[in-house]
Amino acid sequence: MVRDSVVRIGLVLPDVLGTYGDSGNATVLRKRLEWRGYRSEIVDLAVGETVPNSLDFYLLGGGEDRAQTLAVAHLTANPGMQEAASRGAVVLAICAGLQILGHDFTGTDGVTHRGLSLLDVRTTAGTWSRAVGELLTTPDPALLQASMTGFENHQGHTQVGPQARPLSKVVYGTGNGDGGDGAYAGRVVGTYMHGPVLARNPAFADLLLSWAVGEPLAPLDIPVIEKLRDERKRAVQALATRRKRLLRF
Amino acid sequence: MDSTNAGLDVSSSHLNGELPTRTAAAVAAGNLAAKLSKATGRAGGIIGGRVTLALDPHALARLCKDRTVALVTGTNGKTTTTMMLAKAMSVIAPVATNHSGANMPDGLVAALSTDQTAPVGVLEIDENYLPKISDAVQPAVIVLLNLSRDQMDRVGEVRHTERNLRTAIARLRNTTVIANCDDVLVTSAAIDADTTIWVSAGGNWRGDSTSCPRCGMRVHGGATDWYCDCGFARPTPTWSVADGKMTSPTGESFELALRLPGSANEADATLALAASSHLGVPLRPALERIRTITGVGGRYTTLTRNERVVRLLLAKNPAGWAETLPLLAKSPDHPVIIAINGREADGRDKSWLWDVPFERLQGRTVIATGERSADLAVRLTYADVKHTHVPDPYQAIDSVAPGAVELVANYTAFRDLKTGLSNGS
Ligand SMILES: [Zn+2]
Repeated sequence: MVRDSVVRIGLVLPDVLGTYGDSGNATVLRKRLEWRGYRSEIVDLAVGETVPNSLDFYLLGGGEDRAQTLAVAHLTANPGMQEAASRGAVVLAICAGLQILGHDFTGTDGVTHRGLSLLDVRTTAGTWSRAVGELLTTPDPALLQASMTGFENHQGHTQVGPQARPLSKVVYGTGNGDGGDGAYAGRVVGTYMHGPVLARNPAFADLLLSWAVGEPLAPLDIPVIEKLRDERKRAVQALATRRKRLLRF
Repeated sequence: MDSTNAGLDVSSSHLNGELPTRTAAAVAAGNLAAKLSKATGRAGGIIGGRVTLALDPHALARLCKDRTVALVTGTNGKTTTTMMLAKAMSVIAPVATNHSGANMPDGLVAALSTDQTAPVGVLEIDENYLPKISDAVQPAVIVLLNLSRDQMDRVGEVRHTERNLRTAIARLRNTTVIANCDDVLVTSAAIDADTTIWVSAGGNWRGDSTSCPRCGMRVHGGATDWYCDCGFARPTPTWSVADGKMTSPTGESFELALRLPGSANEADATLALAASSHLGVPLRPALERIRTITGVGGRYTTLTRNERVVRLLLAKNPAGWAETLPLLAKSPDHPVIIAINGREADGRDKSWLWDVPFERLQGRTVIATGERSADLAVRLTYADVKHTHVPDPYQAIDSVAPGAVELVANYTAFRDLKTGLSNGS
């Protein structure tokens, strides 16, 4: 991508999805582009409006059961995001967003709803009490070296099928509920981390951005982000120590 | 809609001696425990309440029986509105109230036990306890302020809270709900009440209610004209407030002229006046009493440290910040210190910082402090707000030039700084 073109970032249904500060991910993307001289634009894709298939990046946030079924209905009727994904646009989905990208998901009401089948995952309601707290993971080394840190708040048990891979291995927290967190296939990525995930994981943000702009990106040196990452890791270590567990990350 | 006054028999102070024996004994034991606890330097009230409740689980219902009780709940402004309504009610009768923010059952029992003869109870309630408490108390009035996200990792989704409030309110008989109809979630919770008095109290925060609590679709319009395609829409208010001026159902209009700053306090005052008026207090004397309030639990008051005159403000969620940012804009030359903690009482999840438009602080002197100041500093970095990061709040205060400074803190940071600065730290 040449620098005088604009990277267009779609915030998918921010009026129903996107609790938990998820729109912060768009802020992070835009700023990390701007600081490197790229121009970008954030497009709110509201309920009731058609979803363009021309954007470079689609962001889906968290939300409760009803918001999820509404989002699936809208995105099925307006499949712009799925069309864009099939030609290589980047999709990042958080928590409830991850669940609706799968084949189906069962809400807390016990009802199973169809998803968008953009990722080979299915989600059932976890049998454990709600997963709320810090989540620390080691990402698939094919993608990233740096560990990932975030905060989770959900009750989904997500199984990853053969057409996708878990995004990362859980070091501390619940994630998908089976030792992994999230899933990815090509440039479609989902995770249970909010926080927002891109603010806490700049290497992850830059990986997704390099896919969107089509070239590697020069590193940005922002010491306070490293400070935050160290602090959160230490907090997780302290929680684990209380449970007499030694973490490796 | 029924806007006739409920009236109040102020001669009925009757509680002493009429409590069932078990409750009376439990209250006596609780008061003793509170006294002993205070004597050893601890906060006595809640401990006393806990003792009373342990000895008599029905103490709350019994302590409220025959009293006129008003419950005040919502995400933001509970303590302020409770204090305002208690002041207003004191025009016509002695009032028992818990304006220290002890808003769970033990705190309520403590407040009612220490003041057993007052015929009126004005009680601040944590929104998640309202169903349990309103069932026990059968209040004359519930004041419902606003509903937005607060400490989500701890108390669950605000929409879940709304549904619980809705169910609890719908099963009450003879309760009038005074509700802010500019708040979509509040309206949804209050609309099935036996009687409702709608107040247009405004609100700067719509982030949690852009989708309809009744059908999930997008809500159209602004605070004063919102509607959903499913038919759920803003009711017509009989009370309203705008630009500091309040209008009553009879068309009387007053400048509120509060000594507390900002539109959030004007909204709270209007809701308190609608409630006190319904309970029989004439408007003018009620407002006079409300105007005497200069600070609420240390908020808005200034404390001095090393020639820094610190104004303490509490903001613990995006809705709180939506009220705080306009307040800060009125003093553009003052440095702003923001203190963020992440203890249990604050919520461990700090992602809400990304829902606050901190971009509006660009160009000002800003200091990030508190136990979770790294989260804040990252947020400010992405908001392009130049700032310094000084985790210790006292060092943060000393780092700015002598003179006036605004210090905005979330819950435990505020509490600790209020105590610390008052004690000369
Ligand atoms: Zn609706």
